[in-house]
Amino acid sequence: MQNYISEITGSDIIAFVLGTVPPLAFMVVFTLFAVWLERKVSAHMQDRLGPMRVGWHGSLQTLADFLKLLQKEDIVASATDKALFNIAPYLVFVGTFLAYAMLPFTSIYIGSNADVGIFFVLAVSGFVVAGLLMAGWGSNNKYSLYGAMRSAAQIVSYEIPTALIVLTMIMVYGSMSLNDISVQQAGFIWDWGIFGGALTGIAKFLIIPFMLIAFIILFISSLAETNRTPFDLPESESELVAGFSTEYSGVKFAMFFLAEFANMFLVSSILVVFFFGGYQSPIGYLGHLLGIDWLVPIEQTFWFIAKGLFFVFVQMWLRWTLPRVRVDQLMAICWKYLIPYAFFNLLIVGLILLI
Amino acid sequence: MSLRTEEMVLNMGPQHPSTHGVLRLELVLEGEVVHDVKPHIGYLHRCFEKHAEAMTYPQVIPYTDRMDYLASMYNNFGYVEAIEKLMEIEIPERVEYIRVIMGELQRIASHMVALGTYGLDLGAFTPFLYLFRDREKILTLFEETCGARLLYNYMWVGGLSHDIHPDFVRKTKEFVDYFRPTIIELNELLTYNKIFIERTANIGICPAKEAINLGLTGPNLRGSGVKFDLRKNDPYSIYDRFDFEIPVGEGLVGTVGDCWDRYYVRILELEQSLRIIEQAIDQIPDGDVKSAVPRRVKPPKGHVYHRVEAPKGELGYFIISDGTVNPARVKVRAPSFVSLSAIGEIAKGYLIADVVAILGSLDIVLGEIDR
Repeated sequence: MQNYISEITGSDIIAFVLGTVPPLAFMVVFTLFAVWLERKVSAHMQDRLGPMRVGWHGSLQTLADFLKLLQKEDIVASATDKALFNIAPYLVFVGTFLAYAMLPFTSIYIGSNADVGIFFVLAVSGFVVAGLLMAGWGSNNKYSLYGAMRSAAQIVSYEIPTALIVLTMIMVYGSMSLNDISVQQAGFIWDWGIFGGALTGIAKFLIIPFMLIAFIILFISSLAETNRTPFDLPESESELVAGFSTEYSGVKFAMFFLAEFANMFLVSSILVVFFFGGYQSPIGYLGHLLGIDWLVPIEQTFWFIAKGLFFVFVQMWLRWTLPRVRVDQLMAICWKYLIPYAFFNLLIVGLILLI
Repeated sequence: MSLRTEEMVLNMGPQHPSTHGVLRLELVLEGEVVHDVKPHIGYLHRCFEKHAEAMTYPQVIPYTDRMDYLASMYNNFGYVEAIEKLMEIEIPERVEYIRVIMGELQRIASHMVALGTYGLDLGAFTPFLYLFRDREKILTLFEETCGARLLYNYMWVGGLSHDIHPDFVRKTKEFVDYFRPTIIELNELLTYNKIFIERTANIGICPAKEAINLGLTGPNLRGSGVKFDLRKNDPYSIYDRFDFEIPVGEGLVGTVGDCWDRYYVRILELEQSLRIIEQAIDQIPDGDVKSAVPRRVKPPKGHVYHRVEAPKGELGYFIISDGTVNPARVKVRAPSFVSLSAIGEIAKGYLIADVVAILGSLDIVLGEIDR
């Protein structure tokens, strides 16, 4: 992308700045849509209608809410640690936004097609923890502090099973670049990672159950990393009011919100890249069939976003169905179950790949 | 090297999503572990008992509505029965039957709120809205009968404010048929959910002996395995005519007397209330609901203590009459007040999240605690 823009404009700096616009635009539009979707999904699951007044079936409701948030007074309580309190929401946002650079929406547009790919995503996600801790400590509020401590413990713990599964996937695909991984799953639905990807022969059949286990572990840990139910302890409403975001209002609160929803799509798209073919179509491309080349990237974008949205929907579905686990149970799930299983999975997949 | 540590005091409430009203809990915490819980009450105090002394007897009835505002019918029920006992009024059969049906419908409605908000406390949103949808049907029945949806002022000394609506019998039967399957749905969605059981089983255990010593009544006492229900053990009104069981906690998934047991007893009581309604609804005799209403409520000198099994537990009225039209003293034994006082004993040593679970399982209403 940068190369293309720098060819046109003749300036690398402009190219880098412009290159960041599409992910940012996507994040904002996606968040507006996802908040509306969440409301509608929850409403229909609960025998309600949800927002109906602003726009068609309340489709402009989140936009109206967002404008309201922008207009709100930015309240900073006098006893807060101003520097930490003010920087925290942006740091959380930056952590999520940086990771978007690596997402392969299509084969031709990737924010940055770096070889480290998934490694970079895991690394910058660490920003989020720092941001949450700063928010919790800077707010000078006991509920915020509890929320921040819980979320730091939770995210750090769940990074271990995530990292183990990512390691397994790197072994399977032999690459850390998300684009390379997607390219390897080209073809039809049986070429997707969950069905053994590009492996051939007996290994493809042997690996299927272990890919499934890997998928489940990664899905559970990504739920925990995005603080979604049943792991939404850092902001568990009934215990900690709103956790680390209790003291925030206006734009800063909107930043947390944006980061949370953008994060939902981020983890969903990582799942999609590893197990569900990334941007690859499950049924072949209309563009290839008709011989129109420019149609292919558009189709790829469609498939990528559609698959990502499906997992976003699954996350919402779980949220409105399940109660919340307790903080010690959360840790037990991670350390007693997910990590041993992930290790075991890593070993078996390694053996299969040696065949 | 050792770090200096100290306990942290966290004020939970009075504005907190899961204290069920304006209650403040003073938690002494070490990390997430709760060392001590002190409830602070009085944010909703309205001087009910003192007010009652300045009112005539019938004028007190609307005040009783506002105590346990989720079970107004039953508050009326207890109060008017106490006065009737004092004045020795004979009540028409029709009134008795309607009172029992209303009372049991109210019990179901009250338990629905208890069960729904309990799910909410543990992070499960959806059962709450399902239960509120069904509670709406009961409120509609009440509204058609007496015009009010929450504070009914329906039971009068010696009678009722209105006779039942012509459609009432049919609609109540429809509701009973409709509601039975939704209990099964609730069980599938919440009661037997693995996470829900993990969160509530073996939490907040209150053994039978301790429950009796703490003075717990109602579902909280029965959750601890004590088979005690005033409708059976000290029958009032016409409850001795109906066939129903007293569900008790059995520790199906944990220990007897844990949060899950208290929750499950309420679920089982829904079914028992439906049974009572089914039996009573076909037997309502004809008659006038106001025939026994005295012209002037002026009980003789004396005092009375009358207790009924309200949805939250034993609701007792102690009334002293000095022979005038105003009561000399009205004292209420509120079940929620006693239930709340138990939290200090039950919740020690658990985590913050468990305090929320325990408080929810006790099913308190602050309107009744502060009066």
